[in-house]
Amino acid sequence: MRRNPRELSIMQRKTSRRALFVGGLQLAFAGGLAMRMRYLQVDQADQFRLLAEENRINIRLIPPARGKIFDRNGRTLAQNVPSYRIVIVREDAGDVDAVVANLSKLVDLDPEELNRALAEMKRSAPFLPITLADQVSWEDVSRIAVNAPALPGITPEVGLTRVYPRGSDFAHVVGYVGPVSDYDLSRIEDPEPVLRIPRFQIGKVGLEAKSEDLLRGKAGAKRVEVNATGRVMRELDRREGQPGADLQLSVDADLQGYVQARLGQESASAVVIDCETGDLRAISSSPTFDPNLFVRGISVADYRDLTENTYRPLASKSVQGTYPPGSTFKMITAMAALEEGLIGPDDTVYCPGHLEVADRRFHCWRRGGHGHVDLQNSLKQSCDVYYYDLALKVGIDKISAMARRFGLGVRHDLPMSAVARGLAPDKAWKQQVHKQDWLIGDTANASIGQGYMLASPLQLAVMSARLATGRAVVPRLIKSIDGVETPTGAGESLGLNENNLRQLRRAMYAVSNDRRGTAYGSRIIEDAFRMAGKTGTSQVRNITAAERAAGVINNRDLPWNRRDHALFVCFAPFDRPKYAVSVVVEHGGGGSTAAAPVARDVMLQALYGETPPLAAYPSKDRGRIKAQQERLERERPRYDTPESGRA
Amino acid sequence: MSYLEYSVKSTPSGPRKILYLNWPLTLLLISVAGVGFLMLYSVAGGSFTPWAEPQIKRFALGMAVMLCVAMVPIWFWRNMAAVAYGASIILLISVEFFGSVGMGAQRWIDLGFMRLQPSEVTKITMVMLLAAYYDWLPAKRTSRPLWVLLPVLFILLPTFLVLRQPDLGTSILLLAAGGGLMFLAGVHWAYFAAVIAAGVGLVTAVFRSRGTDWQLLKDYQYRRIDTFLDPASDPLGAGYHITQSKIALGSGGWTGRGFMQGTQSRLNFLPEKHTDFIFTTLAEEFGFVGGFSLLALYALIIVFCIVTALLTRDRFSSLVTLGIAITFFLFFAVNMSMVMGLAPVVGVPLPMVSYGGSAMLVLMGAFGIVQSAHIHRPR
Repeated sequence: MRRNPRELSIMQRKTSRRALFVGGLQLAFAGGLAMRMRYLQVDQADQFRLLAEENRINIRLIPPARGKIFDRNGRTLAQNVPSYRIVIVREDAGDVDAVVANLSKLVDLDPEELNRALAEMKRSAPFLPITLADQVSWEDVSRIAVNAPALPGITPEVGLTRVYPRGSDFAHVVGYVGPVSDYDLSRIEDPEPVLRIPRFQIGKVGLEAKSEDLLRGKAGAKRVEVNATGRVMRELDRREGQPGADLQLSVDADLQGYVQARLGQESASAVVIDCETGDLRAISSSPTFDPNLFVRGISVADYRDLTENTYRPLASKSVQGTYPPGSTFKMITAMAALEEGLIGPDDTVYCPGHLEVADRRFHCWRRGGHGHVDLQNSLKQSCDVYYYDLALKVGIDKISAMARRFGLGVRHDLPMSAVARGLAPDKAWKQQVHKQDWLIGDTANASIGQGYMLASPLQLAVMSARLATGRAVVPRLIKSIDGVETPTGAGESLGLNENNLRQLRRAMYAVSNDRRGTAYGSRIIEDAFRMAGKTGTSQVRNITAAERAAGVINNRDLPWNRRDHALFVCFAPFDRPKYAVSVVVEHGGGGSTAAAPVARDVMLQALYGETPPLAAYPSKDRGRIKAQQERLERERPRYDTPESGRA
Repeated sequence: MSYLEYSVKSTPSGPRKILYLNWPLTLLLISVAGVGFLMLYSVAGGSFTPWAEPQIKRFALGMAVMLCVAMVPIWFWRNMAAVAYGASIILLISVEFFGSVGMGAQRWIDLGFMRLQPSEVTKITMVMLLAAYYDWLPAKRTSRPLWVLLPVLFILLPTFLVLRQPDLGTSILLLAAGGGLMFLAGVHWAYFAAVIAAGVGLVTAVFRSRGTDWQLLKDYQYRRIDTFLDPASDPLGAGYHITQSKIALGSGGWTGRGFMQGTQSRLNFLPEKHTDFIFTTLAEEFGFVGGFSLLALYALIIVFCIVTALLTRDRFSSLVTLGIAITFFLFFAVNMSMVMGLAPVVGVPLPMVSYGGSAMLVLMGAFGIVQSAHIHRPR
């Protein structure tokens, strides 16, 4: 086709013009891109730099080592030991099913946990370790190590787990730890991030729970660089956490062990308190359980055994159990009357075996009555009428106020679970809670520690220590925190008339040393360690007039849970009180037969610091006591775990 | 003007031709490819494998292709334009039946030593055909409707075939490059005004009709358009890539985080870091300075192409050079807009830098034609 050169050059000029125009547009667009780049890279650089750091940097918490717990002599009560778990990394394992099959030939794998692990593996990234088995024994770990070539992707990982070397002896005091549950998280306001670490253990019960803040420590953190899929590329830096504080308890582990063994399988509790410092030397509750079971994750069957046991092994009876104190309360009624000056120690009351109060007949435990009794005789023989009479003169409000001065009806602040407040009732309380007027009969009941009156074994021990010293002894469980001594519980003077106290102590001395005293059978022969005490037998049922007429049914003929509680409180040595002891045997029958012998044995064990010589016992009991000592020696577990040097 | 009208004697011949290459353009291409090698080395974590080494080999092959194409007189390429176009259309149709779909959407044919993507080839052959068409077409017919319709069909045919692959990015590129070339060839501006007006009207109608009785698209189609236009509305899905890309760019700052120190790319927060998003790695590691330098190199390539086009009196030469420049421009402009969050994510690689064989070879071949036009320009 022929072309017109003139037209062609016109077209070429047009093309050139348009080429310049299009070129200009292109450069303008490139300029726009440059502006955008400047905006992103210069104006907003700081913001994007921050976002990039957020992308790549992940903060991982390092769980702190939990504080250890020792007894007063440095024996370990709770410690952390390495525990092993088996983890699998999918991308290293290759054929997961084959590897798991190989593994199950070497180690027993729980099929339930295995299925959970396999399901978790499907959901998570291939490089994340998945736990196949937890709390694996060292033997299994070594077996895996030997067979490592056949188990690609399988590694044992070491962690720390809580162990209680003294097992069941301290189940109620120290308690136990367990993994954080959703329920735990929901209870805590603004939970620390460390609680969200899988398998992180916190205190669930007892001291472990109550002193959680001290024991837990502060979590450390490491900053790691992760890639887009979350794989850790390297560690950037690391800030070590702070391990939890080590706690030293006032409890003597050996004495505690003895008391637990002495209580045996009885549903009972005993408290030994140091009169000088308020140190709790033993605080026992039986039957007990092995807290280590809970750390590992208790089986349903074991747990059901514990919850369905009539003797309530899980309950920490020494602090959370409350009982009518019975006759052990009589010292308080007497003290209130003496302080008010309404009676003198030598004033007598006639006991015909009962007292008519507001048209109701209140009985003395001895049907025939005690005749004329003074303070010492009334306490020694535990005459009820004497105290009815005092109480009607003093009035309930003064009695309960005195009870509170002695630590009854007030909550002692101990780091243990569910420390009970007990109850020292007065008129205002009844009006407020029951919307009823206080009746004079209520006063009569309260005067002998029945009716509304409730006290825990701990409170009874505190009461005895306060009677023994005249000071407001305060119980102390934690002796030192990280080696720093906590204030002792010696307490201020109660401001009571020393003469009145002396009269009461002498009456208590008579209880366990006078031939006619209710605890004479449980006396201590060793003159340096003479014991003063008081028995108590508290009813858990009403005795009807008809039954009384037919003859009160003997405890042995009643079903267990209808029998009386047996109580005993005491302190020794009489002239320089060192320890006060309280013992409560639930539905044990009479205080003098069921509780006093236990208290005496415990007291001697505490005073001697070892198995007491038979010479301390009345000669006719020595054969039986010797057999008992030998039996307990056999049954008590031996702890030969390495003891810490800490004192 | 047929090639017989060239004053053949005045053009260089034989090996001397190599001295008449457009050397500035050659050096610019080598620089840009060098940037690519550096970045591919970096995103592989400081390793020539798996990307930098094959890329260097391909670039060497590409240089050879460019020189071979440059040695051949430009009129040969003009005469071959229709044949090349026809061949690429046949290839496009055949991949429809025999081709394999790659990672993205482009279809390719495995030639054994490389994977040939017909859509890449078509970008150049279409430009060649349109340039040859306007070289042949008498000037006064340029704006006649019938003679406008014909090139429109030349453009729409491959566009449609590529869109079926479905490769939206390449089809937009084809459409824009073809339209650009028609504009440069001197087609009356009123056609373009009409097409733009119609396009704007259609888009407005589509969006305005949303939620009314005469809604033009289905609801889900609107939602798809929404995420396409504004990926940030779906930050963990479609928006994730673009957000990470912006973070990488922005965190570079003025001078960048240092060679191989870019956390976003090294830790895999960036998608497709060796292909479509390689510019973000550059901008993260070398900052604004690095990113702007590459942009400047690209702009200079465009400038030298336009200069080459203006220097020649041969209509085919100037049109094909300008067409290739537009194609090249569209490549990097769309890619950069995409990674900077200015345009929706369509799979368009960064020319000469992104890892990829056939795109690089085709571009080098195209620059060979530009060189040929430069060497064999009428003097």
